[in-house]
Parts: sequence; structure tokens; C-alpha cells
Amino acid sequence: MSVLVHGDTRILVQGITGDAGMFHTKNSLAYGTRMVAGVTPGKGGQTTADGVPVFDTVADASKATGATVSVIYVPAAFAGDAICEAVDAGLDLVVAITEGIPVADMAFVRNFMQGSKTRLIGPNCPGIITPVTDKTGCKIGIMPAYIHKPGRVGVVSRSGTLTYEAVWQLTTVGLGQSTCIGIGGDPIKGMDFIDCLELFQQDPGTDGIIMIGEIGGSAEEEACDYIQQKVKKPVVGFIAGATAPPGKRMGHAGAIISGGKGTAKDKKAAMARAGVHVCDTPSILGATMRDVLGRKR
Amino acid sequence: MNIHEYQAKEVLARYGVPVPKGIPVDTAEQAAKAFHDLGGGLAVVKAQIHAGGRGKAGGVKLVRSADDAQNIAAGLIGKALVTPQTGPEGRVVKKLYVTQGADIAREMYLAVAMDRSARAPVVIAAAEGGVDIEDLAHSKPEALLRVPVHPVKGIQGFQIRRICFHLGLKGDQLKGGAAVIQGLLKAFMDTDASLAEINPLITTKDGQVVALDAKMSFDDNALFRHKDVAGYRDLNEEDPKEVEAKKFDLNYIALSGNIGCMVNGAGLAMATMDVIQQKGGMPANFLDVGNGANKTQVTNAFKILLSDKNVKGILVNIFGGIMKCDTIAEGVIAAAKETNMSVPLVVRLEGTNVELGRKMLQESGLNLQTATSLDEAAEKIVKAAH
Repeated sequence: MSVLVHGDTRILVQGITGDAGMFHTKNSLAYGTRMVAGVTPGKGGQTTADGVPVFDTVADASKATGATVSVIYVPAAFAGDAICEAVDAGLDLVVAITEGIPVADMAFVRNFMQGSKTRLIGPNCPGIITPVTDKTGCKIGIMPAYIHKPGRVGVVSRSGTLTYEAVWQLTTVGLGQSTCIGIGGDPIKGMDFIDCLELFQQDPGTDGIIMIGEIGGSAEEEACDYIQQKVKKPVVGFIAGATAPPGKRMGHAGAIISGGKGTAKDKKAAMARAGVHVCDTPSILGATMRDVLGRKR
Repeated sequence: MNIHEYQAKEVLARYGVPVPKGIPVDTAEQAAKAFHDLGGGLAVVKAQIHAGGRGKAGGVKLVRSADDAQNIAAGLIGKALVTPQTGPEGRVVKKLYVTQGADIAREMYLAVAMDRSARAPVVIAAAEGGVDIEDLAHSKPEALLRVPVHPVKGIQGFQIRRICFHLGLKGDQLKGGAAVIQGLLKAFMDTDASLAEINPLITTKDGQVVALDAKMSFDDNALFRHKDVAGYRDLNEEDPKEVEAKKFDLNYIALSGNIGCMVNGAGLAMATMDVIQQKGGMPANFLDVGNGANKTQVTNAFKILLSDKNVKGILVNIFGGIMKCDTIAEGVIAAAKETNMSVPLVVRLEGTNVELGRKMLQESGLNLQTATSLDEAAEKIVKAAH
């Protein structure tokens, strides 16, 4: 079992003819993911080197191939528009990998999405993956496939490489993952921790959840309130940026302590209050989850 | 990206926000001339640095004569101004803004910021200005009015009126206040600003509403569509190592410790800093080489780390995803040799071809240690850097 995507999910790629789109589509196909269509305006009718048919619009691609999910590799200046096109076409899920989208564009996108059924992951994120076997699964995004292994732990994270770190440890300790969602490091984005926690809580294939946050904003604090009330499964957590100085943007546009708010200390305290198993170093995320699940059994 | 007060006022004036007349100058002589050109009455000489708290630090002075202006200017230019926002080393003043003095009746606070939870710009207003707004938010939160603005349609008339009344504007001042709020909002939205702040906004004794100070910062990701704003960038205000890093698409932030870090991914880079500190060390920087770091980037990253004289050791922590570990090892070895690195180096690699990568590092003849976990790597570098 898994959340949002599974082995049979059909995916279209917006920006498939660009370097990033081409490269990551090839990797997804190699992992057995059903990449059924590409969209590049003006290149409709072509077929990529990997045999994926290209369409001019998302609506055409979805209608012709039955794709219900889109992954976006479109350059930042046009990515907001690309998300809106996928929402307008009525897709279930849009995964925006693109980094560097202006904040105002994302504010527009979120406003545009009101009342639609489409869910958005990202932008500026590694994507989402559901491993099916040790070698295959549904990989939508830029994460390295081989570190994953099917299992019963859900992972939700604001940071790309820290997700890989947690995933690799879960694989090494033999637990594996049900689904891993990188929600991205931007201040205005699609799904947040709460949305993912809700799905993992409902998923019968998930026994425990790893949640990786970072400084800035208040999404982790809000998620902890939610965990306290609604999440019955064990959550293991880490917050990056305990030593980041205030006022400095740590790589991600959203990772900044401003006005004394959004510190790692506050977020870790909120986690501890909500009963989350807080790790002081990311090196022990996998082992902690193994111990927590072991105690439960 | 931040800009100077005089530049922010230029932007706001274009949107109809009244600002006192002013002239930016680079020398004391120009300051004296500016005093004349402004009419020779009361004037203010203001240090232009990208940091708040200039007034209390002595960077803003009233002057009543050209000699006065010249002397004050001579005392500021070329000197470091230390404010709570500059750090102990302060910021060297290179530019001054000479403005007309104003006849202040009352000071207020007005700002627009992008609010991530509202997913929209939010106007923040207070009837008391010239104060530290964060202090006010703590001591008297009810004094702050927050009005979220529609991200597409912008601010509405009723919202403008509410803000004006909260600011305590009356009678003829209401029209002036509305023009300022509308102008500030339009400037904010048109330029993809992340912050536009007027502190203080004043009423003059003759009933005008005027921006006495102004501060703006912008969304770096949107600068591509605002060439005029991008032209305001002042490299003097940025750390030279950060400027250099940007040229190579490296995300670098200078810090005050002595352990240089090179990491891929912002979250992992922050976590690496955290663990170094847990083990008793202090990171010299944040450096994210990105997901697809290549040999050139790794080499340039090394050069930037080593250009920091405080650096007594370097920790490389890479989770090889798309990039294979042997490729990264190759880059690290080439960079260490090319830069004649003499400080201790600890490399932690994980991911594809990790065994091969570690073997290459061990056989490179370089004086380096390898580690398998982040904790182990941090322990080793903290020990080696002592």
C-alpha cells in the first residue's frame, strides 16, 4: 500500500523535451514508472528518444493517454503557468520539481487552485516515490531510485538530500518505505506536512512516519498540533537549522528565521510536546524508527 | 536582494508616495553642495548601508549648514557603522543620502510583506512609528493591524480606509494616507518585493503624509523580470565570498566559525552545521553545491572555502544521488590538489558507487580522512581542526 501514487499510476511530463525533463523521465522509466506522455507546447506529435509521445497541451495528453498525474520540469519563469494548466486539465496530482519560481507566482497559483480537486506537491522539491519492488516502482521526480526499498514507513520532508539520508537509513535497517514525499523548501507551496500526515495515518500500508522539517515558517508547529490530535502512528522527527543565524536565508527561500519565529528549538519543542520521537542528528532517523516500531510489536 | 534607502525612495516616489527631497552623495564636498541644492534649510545626512538601526548607531544626523553637512559627512564616509543588524565588525559607509528636514507632527509604521501562511501580501500598520516593530509586536501586539491583500486583485478601498483609521489619520490626511498605501502596495506587487517598509511614516504639521524612511527587499527568483530593480544591486554590501559563489551557482553564506563545510542540498547543509556544533565545533559557512555538482563547482567551492582565513579544517558531506560517489571523489581530489590544500579534510560520501569513491580518496595520497556517517565525520573534523 501507499499514498497518492502506486505502481499503476499514469504520469505525464510537462517540459519533457528539456534537459532535466528528458534525463529524469529516462530514470523514471528505468524504474518501471508509467511515464505515458510528455507536454511541450509546439512539439505535439513528436515522440521522445525513449518512445514517449509528446503533446501540445496537458488536456490533450491526459485525454489521449489517461494520465492523472503531471510532473513539471518547466523553467521557473513559466512553471507557475504550467501548474495552472495541469490544474485546469483536472489532473489528480501535480508534482512541481522546478526550483526558483517567484513567490508571487506561487501566490497566484494557490489562488487559482481554489475549488479545484487537484493536489500539488512542491515546487522546489525532489518529488514523490512509491517503491513496489527493490528495483521498480512509481518514481516521480529527481530522487535516486536505488536507495529505496518497499516497506511500511512513510517519509515527508521539506529537504531533498535529507530525505535521501532518511530513506537510505530505512533501507539499510531493513524497514523500507511505503511512500516518500518531498514537499519542498519554498515559502508558498502545495501540500504541507498536515496533508501528508493525514494520508499516512489513513494508509493501512504505513506503520510509522518520518517527518523532516527545517527552520522558517510555522508548518511544523501546525503539524505537531495535528499529530497530537489525529495521528496514532509513531512519528520520528528531525529539524534542520538549529545553528542557523537569524535573518540569513539558508538555501531554501522558506528557510529563514525572521522576527525570532521559526527557530529549530521551538519546532523541536513542539514535536516533543506532540509525542514525536525527536532526533538531534539525522544520522539516527532510521535506527530510531526501527527501535520505535520494534517496541510497538 | 536588499537595496538602499535612497533607492527604495526612488521606487516609492515613482508610485506616488511622497518622500522628502534628497540627493545621494559619495563625498563630504558633495554633501555640502547637496545641502545648498536642497534649499539650505534644515537637512538630514543619512548613512546608506543595508542594515537597520542606523539612527541609534550615529548614522543619521541633522545638519543646519553646509559646513555642518560637510563635517558630518566626512565623519561617516569610509567608517564602519555598527548597528544591531551589522554584526560587531559593522558595515563601511560608502554612500550618504542628504535629504530635506521634515516638520514632524506624528510618526507611524506601515509595511507590506509576503505572508506565507496567508499566501498573499499582508499590510502591517501601527499608529506609533520610529520604533522597533518586532519589539512592538511583543510588547503591544494589539497595536499592529495586519490586513491580507488579495494576491491577484490587490488592495480594496475598504481595506485602505481601515488601515488609515488604524493609523489615526483624520480629515484631509485620509486622502494622503490612501495614496501612500495604494502606492506602497502597487510598488510591492509590481516589483515582486518581499518587503516594503516605511518606518517612520509621518504626518507633517501642515497635514501631509510622507515616507521619512524606506526599506525594500526583493524576491531573488523574480529579478529576471525586473532589470531596473536588479540594477540597484550594491555588491559592496555583500560578502565577497558570497558574490564569488553566486557566479558558480553555489549557495554560500559566510558564518563566523572555523570549519568549512561543503554539502549537497540545503537541508543536509544545515544539518551538517548543526552536528558540527553538537560535536563542539563552529561552522565557517553554509555551502550547498546543489544536486548536480560537477568537478568545476567542487573546485571553485574549495577555493572559496579556503579563501576564508579562519578556516582550520574542511568537512565534505555529499549524499550522491544523481551524482555518483566516484565522480565526486574525483572532483574533491582534483580540487584539493589544485588548491594545494593544507588544512585537515574529512570526506563523508554516501550513495551510488560509494565503495569506489572511498577507495579513490584513500589511494589519492592526500592527507584526508573518510567517514561513513555524518556524526563520525563531524567528530573527526572537530578533532582535526583543533
